[in-house]
Amino acid sequence: MEKISKDWRNDIYDVFKDIGISLVSHIPDAGHTPLINLCEKDNNIDVVTLTTEEEGVGLSCGAWAGGKKSALLMQSSGVGNCINALALPNICRIPFLTIVSMRGEWGEFIPWQVPMGLGTPKVLEAMDVKIFRVDYKDEVGETVNAAANFAFNTRKSAAVLLSQKMIGAKQFKNG
Amino acid sequence: MIIRRDFVNRLLEDRKDNLRVVSGIGTSTWDLMSTGDEKNNFGFIGAMGQALPFALGLSISQPDKKILLITGDGDTLMSLGSLATIANHPVNNLTVIVLDNESYVETGSQPTATAGKTNLELIAKGSGIENTYTIFERTDDYKVLKTIYEEDGPSLIVVKCKAESTPLIFPHSFDGVTAINRFKDTM
Repeated sequence: MEKISKDWRNDIYDVFKDIGISLVSHIPDAGHTPLINLCEKDNNIDVVTLTTEEEGVGLSCGAWAGGKKSALLMQSSGVGNCINALALPNICRIPFLTIVSMRGEWGEFIPWQVPMGLGTPKVLEAMDVKIFRVDYKDEVGETVNAAANFAFNTRKSAAVLLSQKMIGAKQFKNG
Repeated sequence: MIIRRDFVNRLLEDRKDNLRVVSGIGTSTWDLMSTGDEKNNFGFIGAMGQALPFALGLSISQPDKKILLITGDGDTLMSLGSLATIANHPVNNLTVIVLDNESYVETGSQPTATAGKTNLELIAKGSGIENTYTIFERTDDYKVLKTIYEEDGPSLIVVKCKAESTPLIFPHSFDGVTAINRFKDTM
């Protein structure tokens, strides 16, 4: 059983290490930042900062063809950028794992985040990506582990959706 | 002007065992398949714009192999950001060849941006890829082979080609699973 840390981002990192993720790509999101920092400190994890999330799909697929397991970290707004790219892991049955921090669903301050936040599960389902949603901090490790095993054991695409309620909605102050 | 199919065939005529070739959607894949049914090749037939990041992922995971991406101006224009990603995550084993015919030949030869004011070599250089050049004549083939096998990458070579439609040469299977399994087994 996965251990439960003070910060659930450590639990994701522990799963990455356990299943042998050695490449992590991302467009940063505040919710992912502690995890990105952990990966960057790890000499056995290659971290690639992308220019758009869809690049992370192709990158993961190429890495897998060469024998590396990887994960894409992104915010829900990035999911929409990935739609056609998701055809690649789908048609080639390449394992694909993404960890998505949700915006626009709980206490969201920025209305522009809402459309893609609401659309995220539908878009993923439309492209045959299995969704593993997590709402509670103590379930993060086991959920990421389940998603990763689903992806790499069955050669399918899996997305973990980290709920905004769990992450904590970012608050903005004017001025 | 270079005839793209002849160019690709000359380039891969005496290919070395450590070379893995990926091709981008469309004519580039038919060009690559025209060189023979080769397990060390993987051709995109869809997912436009994904060949560049795929080639980067492959280069990262196979540092001891030489990775060559052969793709077109249309595919490259769709993933310009990947040039910046490649430049900032230096992989010394990746060469990108852009067969630039300045048009979307497969769909009826509509002009691409490179038929206008856009210069892909300058974009690559501005993205931070240091080893870039453009070739116009077949006399420069030796230079390209040297870049692929001997020079430190990442490199990007723009090959100005004649815009002409060529016979479609299909891969041994259109099934993605069969194609990727066969390719992966060569690593």
